[in-house]
Amino acid sequence: MSLKIVVLAKQVPDTRNVGKDAMTAEGTVNRQALAAIFNPEDLNALEMALAIKDRKKDTEITIVTMGPDRAAEIVRDAMFRGADGGVVVSDRKLAGSDTLATSYAISQAVKKLGKVDIVFGGRQAIDGDTAQVGPQTAEKLGIPQITYAEELVDITDKDITIKRRLERGVETIKTNLPVLVTVHSSAPKARYYNAKRLMAYKNAEIKMFNAADIEAEDERLGLTGSPTKVKKIDSVVLTHKDNVTLEPTDANIDNLVKELINTHIIG
Amino acid sequence: MANFFEDNKALSFQLDNPLMDEIIKLKERDFRDYGNIDYAPKDVEDAKDSYNKVLSLIGEISGDVLDVNAASVDEQGVRIEDNAIIYADGTKENHKVLTDAGVYGLSIPRKYAGLNFPYVPYVMAAELVARGDCGFANIWGLQDCAETIYEFGDEQQKSTYLPLVNAGYTFSMDLTEPDAGSDLQSVRLKATFDEKENCWRLNGVKRFITNGDADIKLVLARSEEGTTDGRGLSYFIHDRKDGGVTIRRTEKKLGIHGSPTGELVFTNAKAYLVGERKLGLIKYTMSLMNGARLGVAAQSVGLSEAAYREALQYAKEREQFGKPIVNFFQVKELLSIMRAKTDATRALLYETARAVDMYKIYEDIAKERKLETDERQKLKAYSRLADILTPLVKLFASEYANQNTYDCIQVYGGSGFMKDYPCERFYRDARILTIYEGTSQLQVVAAIRGVISGGYLAKIKELEATDVDAKFSSMRQTLVSLREDYEKCVEKINAFGSTSEAHEFNSRRLVEIAGYLIMAHLLIIDANRDEMFMASAQLFTKHAQEKINERRAFIENFDVEDLEAYRTLSD
Repeated sequence: MSLKIVVLAKQVPDTRNVGKDAMTAEGTVNRQALAAIFNPEDLNALEMALAIKDRKKDTEITIVTMGPDRAAEIVRDAMFRGADGGVVVSDRKLAGSDTLATSYAISQAVKKLGKVDIVFGGRQAIDGDTAQVGPQTAEKLGIPQITYAEELVDITDKDITIKRRLERGVETIKTNLPVLVTVHSSAPKARYYNAKRLMAYKNAEIKMFNAADIEAEDERLGLTGSPTKVKKIDSVVLTHKDNVTLEPTDANIDNLVKELINTHIIG
Repeated sequence: MANFFEDNKALSFQLDNPLMDEIIKLKERDFRDYGNIDYAPKDVEDAKDSYNKVLSLIGEISGDVLDVNAASVDEQGVRIEDNAIIYADGTKENHKVLTDAGVYGLSIPRKYAGLNFPYVPYVMAAELVARGDCGFANIWGLQDCAETIYEFGDEQQKSTYLPLVNAGYTFSMDLTEPDAGSDLQSVRLKATFDEKENCWRLNGVKRFITNGDADIKLVLARSEEGTTDGRGLSYFIHDRKDGGVTIRRTEKKLGIHGSPTGELVFTNAKAYLVGERKLGLIKYTMSLMNGARLGVAAQSVGLSEAAYREALQYAKEREQFGKPIVNFFQVKELLSIMRAKTDATRALLYETARAVDMYKIYEDIAKERKLETDERQKLKAYSRLADILTPLVKLFASEYANQNTYDCIQVYGGSGFMKDYPCERFYRDARILTIYEGTSQLQVVAAIRGVISGGYLAKIKELEATDVDAKFSSMRQTLVSLREDYEKCVEKINAFGSTSEAHEFNSRRLVEIAGYLIMAHLLIIDANRDEMFMASAQLFTKHAQEKINERRAFIENFDVEDLEAYRTLSD
């Protein structure tokens, strides 16, 4: 039996290389100033999907992304690495979507693709760092989820075994398909492009879905579908006020720890 | 996050050379694969875009994988286990990443799972790989063997072996023996025909075989019993999985530690004849060797690029006497001449690669249809040009790589002598470049034909006649007058007779003068197209003037009686 996999991916501003003009005067991300890249953990997710395709050659991998038309670039990028194709969910109605509205639109798009065995996605995107879209999408699709995936242990036609990276250790989970898996940055990094695929798909037309194509209810999309309202964004520059040098005595350390606890810096 | 293609604009510049359009159209036979094979280009621009994208991929892998692994590969080296050569861990990773990226078989036709790229981007890939890891460039470069199988093998051999390149199978060319180094006519490894199995059997020893445990070996062997010269040698393919080869040892070497050098014992090893009997050395090895020489030139340019960048970065960071050492003019001179030499040999490298492309593509077309008269003339002209430029670029690029890695350590000072920085590895890796695939002395033996035939002079005059902006006229003037000196030197030495000892003795000087002139002209033409080469063109013209004057003075003062002193001191 061939497996059908969807990889959720996002084109994000490269917030790892932030310059002076990274933020606008209004406190939002200046997308023009930052290069648009494949969200790093989504690449880890893609690699996990490709690792399944390595084992089961007839696996089909489809990328689902939401964003402006140029987000098709990351679908092609994924195809250069081994994905079979993908769709961009793009509609002006989607502008301003928070994680709730985004996961709704994404889940609608995934449903349009028919029966899917595994949905992979990065743990979180580097522009929002919420880590909510994956789990919310699983809920909306009504399938189990495995988060913080680090290693694909086993895959059969019926179930998947995944090692999770937790704060204080690892956990191995086995579950039936279908399932949604969010992948951690400690998972294997994505493979390089393949030259023939790069040449074959460099001008590939990527399928676009609008709100009507995914049969979405308009009120659940974009700003209207987003209960999260950003009130204000401050640009915080952290500075230290003064330095204190303490002799390494037991009493000094004791006092320092107490002070840190009292000022809620730790504890 | 380094990309050795994207950070070096001199490379995409070469891909944009005016001759590339013609090369691409011929190579693609007017784009006949388009529509049949999904990765075939539809026109010249599409093809160039693909070259840029694929080279960028190789540049990324060279920067992020090969370069990063190079130090540990050098440290770990190779070992033998159960009659197999085990690569360093980093080498294994390099090979796997490049295989998965599907970039092996760059120049092989699509019919055999290759990418059908011309020589120019293929040579460029070798340069990128060598900048990442000079030793690994051998394992990469031995895919050249496929060129020989493509040119001279039968259809069954082509369809069996060529697709293996893209799949990551490794290759070796097994020529050298304990008593047959530069003099390959002395090869003794014996090939006898096995009537029962309808194959050949190889018996004997090969030494200094790069990548000796490769999956597929091309072996030069004596098929004609009773012969002692090159006319008794033929070429064979041996598949590793047929067995019969014992790896006796791998050499411990000064440099390129990641590139295994093995001694192999063939015992009734099964093999198949490539092409015709008796043409092994005189035709096939010479063809293979020309490709390999271009490969070593590319390897040398890549290493020079790495050395220059290391030295420049250090000179900017290292402060002495209250300022970065790059601000001292003696250091500036070291760095600038490194840059100019690298640019000069790169210009010559791609000029040569274009000539190779032109004649090889026409040769290939000639297998499909009869060539027109003008096409035949082009084939002949470019073939002759490639023949004289190949030894020249191998000579200069490999000697310059040695000089540049030496200067790289000099810029680093004491730190450069330590194992903490890559420059000492560069220096060790460079040392073989003037030796393998024919020593510098043998390149001179090949190149002197270009002096005697007037081939270099014709090329120099053709370059002189190329239109450039008036701002280059003073540089051009200098070179024209130096060319006149060259002609006088050639006249004087030719008068001794081309087979005389006096001619042999002075041949390197003559070849080098021609080389300086050609490279200086090429840099001027490049600078005319792009300002980024202006400083290198100026500096290299001055450098050429200095070097040519030395040689001219020597030749002017040369007396055949001088040879006696050389005989005495080497007696």
